Amino acid sequence: MTTTDLIIGPQHPALHEPERFVLKLDGEYVVDVVPRIGYVHRGIEKAAELRSYIQDVYLIERICGICNVSHSLVYVQTVEALQGFEIPPRAAYLRTVVHELNRIHSHLLLLGVVGELFGFDTLFMYLWRDRELVMDVVESITGNRLISAFNVLGGVARDVGPSQISEAKRAMEYLRGRMKFYKKVFAEDPTVEKRSKGVGILKPSSALSLCAVGPVIRGSGIKTDLRADDPYAAYGEIPFNVITYDTNDSWARFMVRVDEVFESIGIIEYALDHLPDGPIRARFPRRVREGEAVGRVEAPRGELINHIISKGGDKPYRFKCRTPTLANILAACEMIRGGQIADVPVSLSSIDPCFSCEDRLAIIDVSKGERYSARIRDLMAKYGASR
Amino acid sequence: MGKLATWCRLKSPWILHINAGGCNGCDIEILAALTPRYDVERFGILLKPSPRHADVMVIAGVMTRQIAERVKRIYEQMPEPKFVVAVGACALTGGVFQNCYGQAMRVDQVIPVDVYVPGCPPKPEAIIDGVVKLLGKVGGGGSQ
Repeated sequence: MTTTDLIIGPQHPALHEPERFVLKLDGEYVVDVVPRIGYVHRGIEKAAELRSYIQDVYLIERICGICNVSHSLVYVQTVEALQGFEIPPRAAYLRTVVHELNRIHSHLLLLGVVGELFGFDTLFMYLWRDRELVMDVVESITGNRLISAFNVLGGVARDVGPSQISEAKRAMEYLRGRMKFYKKVFAEDPTVEKRSKGVGILKPSSALSLCAVGPVIRGSGIKTDLRADDPYAAYGEIPFNVITYDTNDSWARFMVRVDEVFESIGIIEYALDHLPDGPIRARFPRRVREGEAVGRVEAPRGELINHIISKGGDKPYRFKCRTPTLANILAACEMIRGGQIADVPVSLSSIDPCFSCEDRLAIIDVSKGERYSARIRDLMAKYGASR
Repeated sequence: MGKLATWCRLKSPWILHINAGGCNGCDIEILAALTPRYDVERFGILLKPSPRHADVMVIAGVMTRQIAERVKRIYEQMPEPKFVVAVGACALTGGVFQNCYGQAMRVDQVIPVDVYVPGCPPKPEAIIDGVVKLLGKVGGGGSQ
């Protein structure tokens, strides 16, 4: 069978990040897909070893601007685990609130981009207008719209007052009303139905064998969420539901996100109502004791893992980060295979790809289904500026 | 005729958005500037997917080794006259990623830049201010 190659990217209209996909086509159908990742590889893991633990907070939250709170949260939790450090309860609750606000903004952002990819620009504009409301709350609590440096070693950077709490609650109440409308749109609108139902099928067995995480695996009906399975921050004390849909298609993955926004609103309201008194931060030593620790959180896109090795001193010996998009990209290739070209952007966006997270120092060989690491020197020789 | 072309350009500059290896923070603020709260479309600004249709390149990110050559090629594909707005601390100096091995160079070492918008990430208001300043520059003749 002869196939035609269609090259998408690195600069392409569908996603606003540089990434290249080579699609092998048989007429309208995609036979195979080869992702070429790494355009956003900056060398953060190496840079983290050269900076102190405190400086690393600001470096690591810039792995990804969208889920920056998850990145800084997992990093500070891992370093605190290394030291055996307990943060004050008020700090744990505030971390939870900002983490959930970050999740809402990330999910609304993705659902808006999906609207744009459907050719449903009104939905994009509506969702992004309501997303600004969340950004206002984040700005009032943390001091910045996106990258906020809210999580610091030993607690959080700022406290919230009664006026901020009432403002946040008002915004959440309004957002809940709006989300009911969006849920109706995603559940009933014929455009959404025609573009996403039955598109990008990922069976539960393949989701498990390809190690999918987050809303992708929950959209295949598998109930797994680190916030419930391995609670961190204040999640152990806050009631919420783990959302699953079992239609295995892109629509299921979008509906998981819509419903998760409702859960996040509930978590924020509960946490703000039950905010404990006390300090927001405890003094954290500059030097961290020798050891090794693994931390994980449920980022908006799925399970995010950090691994830090310390040899004592004020700098980590090794910092390793496994981001959810890297785990999901193989699942995305599985969804695209066998579908039509027109469905590629929808399937791809249903994993909520975040390539600035993903471009780590692990290489995926899709044809063999292997993952391996390479030395920096080899990579630089292979993909250096000369190419 | 030249006057008419400048007037058209001023009233409706089409922009091309490029992420040259940033953290996405600037990119979503650029997109936020296009949405109803900030609405740059009132200046006639439209986001275009193809470099061949664009007048202004809005670029964010640290300019990684792998993307540098591609950005240069995309810049060469844009029709004259063309303008570049560099958004964010990374595009200006490398920001927090200075001395990372993945960073090739600053944006202005690869392509000429007309307007710099600092911030990490800059607020949408700052990006709009940068674009409006660029429009003033275009009216005065531009850099090309």
